[in-house]
Amino acid sequence: MSRDVETPSEPGIRIRTEVRAPEAPPAAAGTAITLRQVNFAYGDNHVLHDVSMDVDEKRVTAFIGPSGCGKSTLLRCLNRMNDLIESAHLTGSVLVKGRDIYAPGTDVIAVRRRVGMVFQKSNPFPKSIFDNVVYGLRINGVHDRATLDAAVEKSLTLAALWDEVKDRLHHSALSLSGGQQQRLCIARAIAVEPEILLMDEPCSALDPIATLKIEELIYSLKERYTIVIVTHNLQQAARVSDKTAFFWLGRMVEYGPTAALFTNPREKLTEDYITGRFG
Amino acid sequence: MTALDLRRRATSRAVEVFCAASVLLALVPLGFILFFVLRQGVPSLRPEFFTQMPKPVGEPGGGMANAMVGTLILIGLATLIAVPVGVVSGVFLSEYKRSRMGSAVRFAADVLNGVPSIVVGIFAYSVAVLPFRRFTALAGGVALGVMMLPLIVRTTEELLRLVPESFKEGALALGATRSRAVWTVILPAALPGIVTGILVALARVAGETAPLLFTSLNNRFFSTRLDQPIASLTVQVYTYANSPYEDWHRQAWAGATVLIAAILVFSLMARFVTRRLERMHRGTA
Repeated sequence: MSRDVETPSEPGIRIRTEVRAPEAPPAAAGTAITLRQVNFAYGDNHVLHDVSMDVDEKRVTAFIGPSGCGKSTLLRCLNRMNDLIESAHLTGSVLVKGRDIYAPGTDVIAVRRRVGMVFQKSNPFPKSIFDNVVYGLRINGVHDRATLDAAVEKSLTLAALWDEVKDRLHHSALSLSGGQQQRLCIARAIAVEPEILLMDEPCSALDPIATLKIEELIYSLKERYTIVIVTHNLQQAARVSDKTAFFWLGRMVEYGPTAALFTNPREKLTEDYITGRFG
Repeated sequence: MTALDLRRRATSRAVEVFCAASVLLALVPLGFILFFVLRQGVPSLRPEFFTQMPKPVGEPGGGMANAMVGTLILIGLATLIAVPVGVVSGVFLSEYKRSRMGSAVRFAADVLNGVPSIVVGIFAYSVAVLPFRRFTALAGGVALGVMMLPLIVRTTEELLRLVPESFKEGALALGATRSRAVWTVILPAALPGIVTGILVALARVAGETAPLLFTSLNNRFFSTRLDQPIASLTVQVYTYANSPYEDWHRQAWAGATVLIAAILVFSLMARFVTRRLERMHRGTA
């Protein structure tokens, strides 16, 4: 292989701009994200090793694994949120719908519009509910009131929040409960109509009832979106996802249909983790 | 009770007393200032003090209407000059925390903050008075603006840093550019504190005399022109206090009282505005 990907045993990782992935196969129909030989490092800290996987379109894919295994880092590679960290280096290729999002000249802003993200801790802006939902549209130049109104109703309905907030759209988003805030963040993410929705432990700060609502939401959203969810909660992964990837120490140990992975893991490590022997 | 317990209690008690005494000591000067100014100033404060112009020596009465308007104009100018520059610099410092330029700017702001106000006055004199060969309100505004600048820069920076990183991430994840995220999310989130900082800076420069002595000078007449010398409360108080006339001394005390009251009002406004803005943000209103 001519690709500039080093094996983990070699020290350091080269700067990403040298990497091209010309011979990466075009994404097959039904594949939303294609990862090939993805390596990632913060400075000298090599966090991800040779991750290659295909994420199915309009399915829910869960990343599980113990803390520090690199699953959140991998998630943040999918919309280039790791660009914010100065010493971050990535090699290998990340293709979203067949396009390498790390290719030189890629419009990062456009990538982030296509790949939305919901964070671990809900982060509504200190603005009204309405202004939160339309934020992504406004920064993309949509100011027509009717369009914005329609988008707010649609997104909040999809996020199963419309009935709870329709009478107080112009109240501060911070007046909502934790679970509502997280659903608002989901509404905000889908208002810009992304193709893919990344969720970084979206329920970790929520009570069981709010968690249940988000899980139902995830289930209904997969008709429209490809969803990748990082979770610490194995039951949650089992409940909401179609496929699950298990990560350990920066490597993807096993990836397959959720039912198979949880009932009949191929790897001993996976079995140990899901049966609670470590983690 | 053991001897150790007793000793601990005694130590604790002693520290409490020491702290209370220090607080009292710190408040004593403020108490004295208020006491003397009010005792001398309040009797001379008559309604016409606020509405009339200064009277010539020997004529009793008269007021400082021109100086009050002048002070408002001067701090208005200072705000117009210092706020845009200061807030933008604060944004720069918080966004480029570790850049070399950032530390240079931060250091410069701290040094500027420590420059004696008379030196700031000389600076304003040389850039805004000498070239035009005229003392002007504008030059006074420049001098006060320069004094406000470092305060605003550092408050803005500090407050922007307190805004959770998650707001920025949220905005970026929606496809905002970095500058868009700053202007539409981070800055608005820090706004209540920044407004407070601006009002506090205003209150501080409103009481400055030295930078105005050779920039806006003084004016015995009512003027709102920016290209003419303008009266200000502080310079007026200074002039009157230095005079040999009993009447003028009384006027100076009255002026000092108004100045203190105005600064108190600024501080109260700062608190009020901050609370309002914060409540709006939190949506408990």
